[in-house]
Amino acid sequence: MPAAEAPIVQIEDVVKEFGPLRVLDGVGFTVARGQVAAIVGRSGSGKSTLLRCIAGLETVQAGSIAVCGHDVGRPGSAARAQLRRDVGMVFQSYNLFPHLTVERNITLALTLVKKQSRDEANAKAAEVLAMVGLTDKRTAYPEQLSGGQQQRVAIARSLALQPQVMLFDEVTSALDPELTAEVLAVMEDLARRGMTMITVTHEMGFARRVADLVVFMHKGKVWEIGPTAELFARPKTAEFSQFVASEL
Amino acid sequence: MSYKFDFSFLAERWPDFVAGAWLTVQLTVVSIALGLLVGTVCALIKVYGTRWMRAPVGVYVELIRNTPLLVQIFIVYFGLSSLGLKLSAEVSAVIALVVNMGAYTTEIMRAGIQSIQRTQLEAADCLGLTRLQTILHVVLLPAMERVYPALTSQFVLLMLASSITSQISAEELTATANLVQSDTYRSFEVYIVVAVVYLALSFLYRFGFWLIGLMLFQRRRKLGTAL
Amino acid sequence: MIQLNANHFIYLLQAATWTLLLSLIAFAGGSIVGLAVALLRVSRVAALRAIAGGYIQLVQGTPLLIILFLSYFGLGIMGYKLVPIVAAGLSLTLYAAAFLGEIWRGCIEAVPRTQWEASDCLGLNRLQQYAYVVLPQAVKLAIPPTVGFMVQIVKNTSLASVIGFVELARAGQIVNNSTFEPFVIFIVVAAIYFAMCYPLSLAARALERKAHAGR
Repeated sequence: MPAAEAPIVQIEDVVKEFGPLRVLDGVGFTVARGQVAAIVGRSGSGKSTLLRCIAGLETVQAGSIAVCGHDVGRPGSAARAQLRRDVGMVFQSYNLFPHLTVERNITLALTLVKKQSRDEANAKAAEVLAMVGLTDKRTAYPEQLSGGQQQRVAIARSLALQPQVMLFDEVTSALDPELTAEVLAVMEDLARRGMTMITVTHEMGFARRVADLVVFMHKGKVWEIGPTAELFARPKTAEFSQFVASEL
Repeated sequence: MSYKFDFSFLAERWPDFVAGAWLTVQLTVVSIALGLLVGTVCALIKVYGTRWMRAPVGVYVELIRNTPLLVQIFIVYFGLSSLGLKLSAEVSAVIALVVNMGAYTTEIMRAGIQSIQRTQLEAADCLGLTRLQTILHVVLLPAMERVYPALTSQFVLLMLASSITSQISAEELTATANLVQSDTYRSFEVYIVVAVVYLALSFLYRFGFWLIGLMLFQRRRKLGTAL
Repeated sequence: MIQLNANHFIYLLQAATWTLLLSLIAFAGGSIVGLAVALLRVSRVAALRAIAGGYIQLVQGTPLLIILFLSYFGLGIMGYKLVPIVAAGLSLTLYAAAFLGEIWRGCIEAVPRTQWEASDCLGLNRLQQYAYVVLPQAVKLAIPPTVGFMVQIVKNTSLASVIGFVELARAGQIVNNSTFEPFVIFIVVAAIYFAMCYPLSLAARALERKAHAGR
């Protein structure tokens, strides 16, 4: 549950435009260490864009984003390198490297970025694969795995780098319902172990069960925000009520 | 036809053909390796470089692809020599072949590199890999695997085109043929023999590249599927 | 030693017209033989396919220079003395036919199976299917790569210089032998080739883009 210390992710008045289109219009909130934040909203509300800004994949026109007290920085800067160490990102389309085995997918960054030896990296890979329940797939190639298994490997790959915060961008949207469950189980396990997580999701059941904080986005703004139980029990805006009703 | 075929010159002159073929192999293997390097770097510039970097590469590629190799070889051998830079026939041949190979390889590798989706680069970025590390570990091998057939075809074409270097007296296989036929007057037989040797070399090269492919592309070797 | 002057440049341009002429001969001859090769390659008779396939493998695995030497020196020694332009035309025709045959075979095979089936159901015989349905579509597909190959033909005419045919590359050597300015001369020769080839390359790319846009 939330600890009383400086917020681990701090977003202030963020504005993001794609040409003439303003996708994020003054977004701001904070996430504390150990919290699980679920960002929800309709398509086009800006949720994925916000997540990508936190991950440093998009640059903002105004406002600031700080992770672990550091600004996200510009590409190539020391701040950006620090961001990469602090933040792990899991994508909707898994983005595993198809020409590498599962083990090598995980150890690549460990050997290149963290400068670990092959043995150290392989040991870490074995550890995280055990956490996601895929120890027997160590030498398989991504194309030999199901979508759910690939996504779990993607989670393991990020986890191996021991980030402070993990971001999940609609990670189950591309999966069949049966495969979705195994991925959500892994995410729930991570939350129980105290990982700080920000997840953009359509899975309302998951959000209600696991998230501490729910952020409802609408038209590029934070429309409603608050502790999960309270927000769902007493929605303050018509838009959120409608959204919740439509997702059930 | 009253012509009597006579291949007897082979008994005496076969070492010359072997020497010529060996020089052909040496010239072309070096040119292929260097040309691939040049082409890969230029392709990376074309895909990831700024406009100021892309323009000269584009000019280089168009100039080489729209002028004959023979003229390119003359410029390197005779042209540079008249400017004071006297290079041997073999060195000139390699320079011209590398420059030529580089231009064609650029286009082939560019297609391969562009086929690597942006999401792969984003994933590598999020894991903390630098641009260079991403290129070396995530982009290059899959890109090469995708265009490997086109690449190997281009390599074999280069080997055949190396015959043109005979025109600046590089003592490769075609030059050997010219020498032997002027000695023996068995022009038809000599050129038939050399044609057969080139055919054999083509098969040899293709086989060699297939083996190299097996070594480089482990996933393909194990799974047998296309990337 | 003579100084380089405008007359030399005009001489080079005149030689370039011979380059274009030889290119046209090669393209015309190569097209006729190439079409035959392509049709043989898609024939239902295995032996015909093998013959055409063997021809293509043979030509594509032999340097063009060797083919030129065979047709000029080789045939010459056997008693068939061909003048350079005929030997060059013959060699380039054989060379072009192999490559065009492969390109056009690919285009014929790229016409969807369903076109064959539909025309078959309408009662057309094989010749009519080719003439009225398949070949017209194959031709449309074939235009961009064929125009692209014409660039190769123009560049390869430079090899005819080796058997004495006075096209652009040979003219460059001749001018060089009297003025000894190889750098300038061969740069100019390259520029003239570029002027002939680059428009073809651009045209091929433009045609390729149009063909894709239409799909």
